[in-house]
Amino acid sequence: MNLALKDIRYSFGRFALTTLGVGMLLMVVMGMGGIYRGVIEDATLLIDRVDADLWIVQRDTRGPFAEVSRVPPSLVHRATAVPGVASAREFVYHTIQRERNGKPLRIAVMGLSWPTDKGDWIALTGGRALRQNHFEMIANESLGLPVGHRIKLGQETYTVVGTTNNMIGSSGDGMAFVTVRDAQAIQFDVPGEAVRLERAARESRARRFDLVAQQPMLLANTQRPGGELPAVARPGLSAVMVSLKPDADADVVADIIGGWGDVSVYTSDGQRELLLKGTVEKIKRQIGLFRVLLTVIAAIIMALILYTMTLDKIHSIALLKLIGAPNTVILSLILQQALLLGAFGFAIAYLVGQKVFPMFPRRVLVTQPDLIQLAAIVLGISILSSVLGIWKALRISPNEALS
Amino acid sequence: MSDAGQTLAIETDRLTKIYGSGNTEVVAMRDVSMQVHRGEVVALLGPSGSGKSTFLTAVGLINPPTSGRVLIGGKLVVEGDVPHTNLRSFRRRHLGFVFQKSNLIPFLSARENVQIAMQLNGDSPKQARARAQELLDYLGVGDRGESLPSMLSGGQQQRVAVARALANHPSVILADEPTAALDSHRGRQVMELFAKVAHEQQAAVIVVTHDHRSLDVFDTRYEMEDGLMRLAQS
Repeated sequence: MNLALKDIRYSFGRFALTTLGVGMLLMVVMGMGGIYRGVIEDATLLIDRVDADLWIVQRDTRGPFAEVSRVPPSLVHRATAVPGVASAREFVYHTIQRERNGKPLRIAVMGLSWPTDKGDWIALTGGRALRQNHFEMIANESLGLPVGHRIKLGQETYTVVGTTNNMIGSSGDGMAFVTVRDAQAIQFDVPGEAVRLERAARESRARRFDLVAQQPMLLANTQRPGGELPAVARPGLSAVMVSLKPDADADVVADIIGGWGDVSVYTSDGQRELLLKGTVEKIKRQIGLFRVLLTVIAAIIMALILYTMTLDKIHSIALLKLIGAPNTVILSLILQQALLLGAFGFAIAYLVGQKVFPMFPRRVLVTQPDLIQLAAIVLGISILSSVLGIWKALRISPNEALS
Repeated sequence: MSDAGQTLAIETDRLTKIYGSGNTEVVAMRDVSMQVHRGEVVALLGPSGSGKSTFLTAVGLINPPTSGRVLIGGKLVVEGDVPHTNLRSFRRRHLGFVFQKSNLIPFLSARENVQIAMQLNGDSPKQARARAQELLDYLGVGDRGESLPSMLSGGQQQRVAVARALANHPSVILADEPTAALDSHRGRQVMELFAKVAHEQQAAVIVVTHDHRSLDVFDTRYEMEDGLMRLAQS
């Protein structure tokens, strides 16, 4: 005869409500773990997906994710010439904020190195990859920009030609992929008035040179776009991504490129470590500690619930002792109820979480190892929290049955 | 005593129970000696606070005496507050209890309340179930076996409690005011039930009672007052 199940059946409503409460609490613990995992996954997702072997960044910086990095566009060609390098791609990445339908729209813009990179590596959920080097965009679904949608960024209007999902920047913003040139145009967009002021300033500066006095036609250059001026460099890149040939030794190639005085070089693992130990370290620790706190609170609440459930059964337990029930029977009654409470609570947490977590603004990533870990924690909590109830039950005197 | 030649079921020797110490010391039971044989039904009478329940809990191995000895079936079980055996296991095998309130486990059905006592004693669920139903039939509540205690009347609950007390063929049944919550008719029925059980199953039955209307069913009557016990006048 299973006394635990009999008691649960007798007071099913109360047990169900209690289990629901524990389940909700465990769902928060599970969600915190999911947010923690999501932060890590989002932070490293881009590094993993772009599949670069080496990252070349501005000398002595931890760019392009952990801090700002600027490298010249010609670095792509220098890197391509290194023995062992299969290809080198430009990397431009920045976050912009616009307003759409009265709400802020944050976009993590990444430049694709046209024509070598048209975004074919991006897993599309709709539409297609880029087919022209300007004004096309692949957008993450979280941005709410469907295929065919047109959006004005800077001076130009971009058409969404493809959608993807789970492409999130380290700050949790949905990503949009355009060509490098477009990404730079968006990043370095200057208002018309600022352009006019800059041209006037150029003309003013030029007039101070004797050369202009001798050749007045040079002044015409000051009115040309900044990018067309021979003395003005093209906008810089954030970094250069390098893919190696199958037989190439990454350390050797990294040593060669690292020997150049103007850049630093990191492997993908190095970049990942920079991100995890830099950008997301504090939020990761904060969520991690909060998760531990929630777990402790869940344990305390479960212990109190089980203690109260034991108090409700004091008379029955005293009676069982009076008719000679050994301690193992009473211990088993409480422990089984604790385990059932934990198991059902965990199941509720999982099932409700599956429905609720996708509604969160940032990704809540509940992985199988995390579920197994939480299940083990719940098992531990159930056993530990039943100790208080068991302690109370073992102290109950059979005399209490007579009162 | 009905028959002094029969087997002794219970023997107490100078049982004394003292609560507290110094100025707060209360002697609840003093030098109580008693012998009850198998098949004998004993009434224990006396006013509230006279020490009846203290005696019953000492004999029931629930609340050990301060001094004195308890022998059950000729075996020394308790000497002072020192147990000479595993008391819980001994209770399970040799003693049956019935209380003022039926004291059934609320989340078990009537049959399960009887069955659990047997299963705790090592009977298989199938055996225990069959005997539990048999006992309920014997006590006239066989048709209420699947009902929870809350669905039974006070008299039915007491019958189930008696069935549980009989479950493991105890040599001793201890009842503490079992008819207090019942009307006179049902109270009489329960008292007659104890007499029937004692005579048919050869169990020694000690009943603590205030109910003087059913005293004729008892073989022997004792009275307690201020912790002292004496044989009552017929």
